[in-house]
Amino acid sequence: MKGRRLYLDGVSVVFDGFRALNNLALVVEPGEMRAVIGPNGAGKTTMMDVITGKTRPTAGVASFGDADLTRMDEAAIANLGIGRKFQKPTVFDALTVFENLELALKAPRGPIACLRWILSGEGRARVEEVMEETGLADRAQDPAGILSHGQRQWLEIGMLMMQDPELLLVDEPVAGMTDAETEHTAALLARIAGKHSVVVVEHDLEFVRALGCRVTVLHEGSVLSEGSIDHVQNDPRVVEVYLGR
Amino acid sequence: MSATTLDAAPSRLRLGLRAGMIGAVCLLAAFPVLNQLPETHALHVSDFLVSVSGKWICYAILALSLDLAWGYAGILSLGHGAFFALGGYAMGMHLMRLIGPRGVYGHPVLPDFMVFLGYRELPWYWLGFDSFAFAMLMVLLVPGMLALVLGWLCFRSRITGVYLSIITQAMTYALMLAFFRNDMGFGGNNGFTDFKELLGMPLNTGAARATLFYASLVSLVVCYLLCRWMTATKYGRVLTAIRDAESRVRFLGYDVTRHKLFAFVASAMMAGLAGALYVPQVGIINPGEFSPGNSIEAVVWVAVGGRGTLVGAVLGAFSVNGLKTWLTSAAPDLWLFVLGGLFVAVTLFLPKGLIGLLQGRGK
Ligand SMILES: Nc1ncnc2c1ncn2[C@@H]1O[C@H](COP(=O)(O)OP(=O)(O)O)[C@@H](O)[C@H]1O
Ligand SMILES: [Mg+2]
Repeated sequence: MKGRRLYLDGVSVVFDGFRALNNLALVVEPGEMRAVIGPNGAGKTTMMDVITGKTRPTAGVASFGDADLTRMDEAAIANLGIGRKFQKPTVFDALTVFENLELALKAPRGPIACLRWILSGEGRARVEEVMEETGLADRAQDPAGILSHGQRQWLEIGMLMMQDPELLLVDEPVAGMTDAETEHTAALLARIAGKHSVVVVEHDLEFVRALGCRVTVLHEGSVLSEGSIDHVQNDPRVVEVYLGR
Repeated sequence: MSATTLDAAPSRLRLGLRAGMIGAVCLLAAFPVLNQLPETHALHVSDFLVSVSGKWICYAILALSLDLAWGYAGILSLGHGAFFALGGYAMGMHLMRLIGPRGVYGHPVLPDFMVFLGYRELPWYWLGFDSFAFAMLMVLLVPGMLALVLGWLCFRSRITGVYLSIITQAMTYALMLAFFRNDMGFGGNNGFTDFKELLGMPLNTGAARATLFYASLVSLVVCYLLCRWMTATKYGRVLTAIRDAESRVRFLGYDVTRHKLFAFVASAMMAGLAGALYVPQVGIINPGEFSPGNSIEAVVWVAVGGRGTLVGAVLGAFSVNGLKTWLTSAAPDLWLFVLGGLFVAVTLFLPKGLIGLLQGRGK
């Protein structure tokens, strides 16, 4: 399949008169990795909500290839090839690590298909491969509910890998992680990035620098600056927003 | 703490439960046989015990169906009694048609209450119910269709939790009021009774009672195995995932509405089957079966037994109804207080129900 581009233009989201997104524009080319930074409340998570169908924009265009994201529900958007890791890691506590990954594996999603589902050798190998890559192999049969914070984040990244989406949205993957965990996560993301388009939201500027990609700075719901990390770090408007408070 | 000892405890419990279940089914299966022994015999099982346990088996099927919806898919229905009652009414309509000219008024086709209310001919929705096969189809389809429509409206609008519970409760209440009306054509507050036969068997014989008892027991086993299979597949894990984090499941590309609908409709059909088996055994169906209290009692059975375990639902249905039967003769005024207290106590101290208690000891 030829790659599709993520295209947002003029997107606004208004909650009870409060503009969480204000005339936002963002284009992510096929295969591109993009970091999105910005102070708390800048609208980064809301932007992901719009892309994944969780929140309907009050105004504006959001499309992936020629699919209009503003008219589709979450499941349809996920099946389009857009995967998401949440800021607060959400995995299925009652299911084992293995079962969580199996659930995410690309396969027919209807009730009947699920009733008749038999995990193929190929599918099992894929689950095991991802458990290996995320460092969860020895937790395969543990319920996800007893994993540590970092392990939950990796499990969720692993679920993204199982979905094999064309575009990945990753919301603050290293928040609350130790340095070692952060390093492991950065390596994981770098490995995924090769084949997919990725949008990473992160506060940690060092982490973003390590990603070595184009950076978009959000502030009060719109794009404040865009370019290389050095460019945005030297942009006076960015300096003002980050340091002027 | 090696993995093997952790695994051994639950599997011993599982083996124990399985042995217990098979034993219980065999014991129940022996009831109608032991009923044939002379009353003086030590192993004699009384008519009362046979008939009351036949009813409990139907309740256990209802509890199973509720556990599928609530324990796995997270749909806390406070109106499952309505599906049970609709299945019962569908069976009741068949039984009424089979009375034929043997009614008090001796009309060749019309049931007594219709003659009494001045009906000239059978309402269109009574057509076909003279056929057993058609009636059985309706036993499944009518509750299934209601669940489909109600579920589609609610799940599509993402109505969950307590709001959904209230809507299901309102549904059964509305149906109760509707069925109380004489002009509905379902016998008003008297409902249906005075059944004569089913599949050519006169209903007032021991043979008919035993047959219905075994039909119920077989249905319970089949429903249990069906639920066990469903919940053991990936579909069951999708339901569990929906129960615990519904919105996250959507972002994996699962159409949550369809999955919940599938479980809700299957559950409603199972409840309808339970009602259909129940009615010929108790010999009556009236709008009281729709009363909200019945649905709430079913929720208490599942909670007491332990939701999300299937076997817990069955255990809960038998134990709470056993307690009820004993208490309503020993201290009839106390029952509602005990039921309420039981629910509070289980919620506070035994969130995993009786099965959780066993698991705790198994560890
Ligand atoms: N569902 C909502 N209702 C009302 N306000 C919201 C909602 N979601 C987000 N907001 C507000 O929108 C702003 C942007 O939030 P968010 O996108 O989470 O910011 P970020 O992820 O950049 O920290 C915040 O001020 C937040 O309080
Ligand atoms: Mg955020």
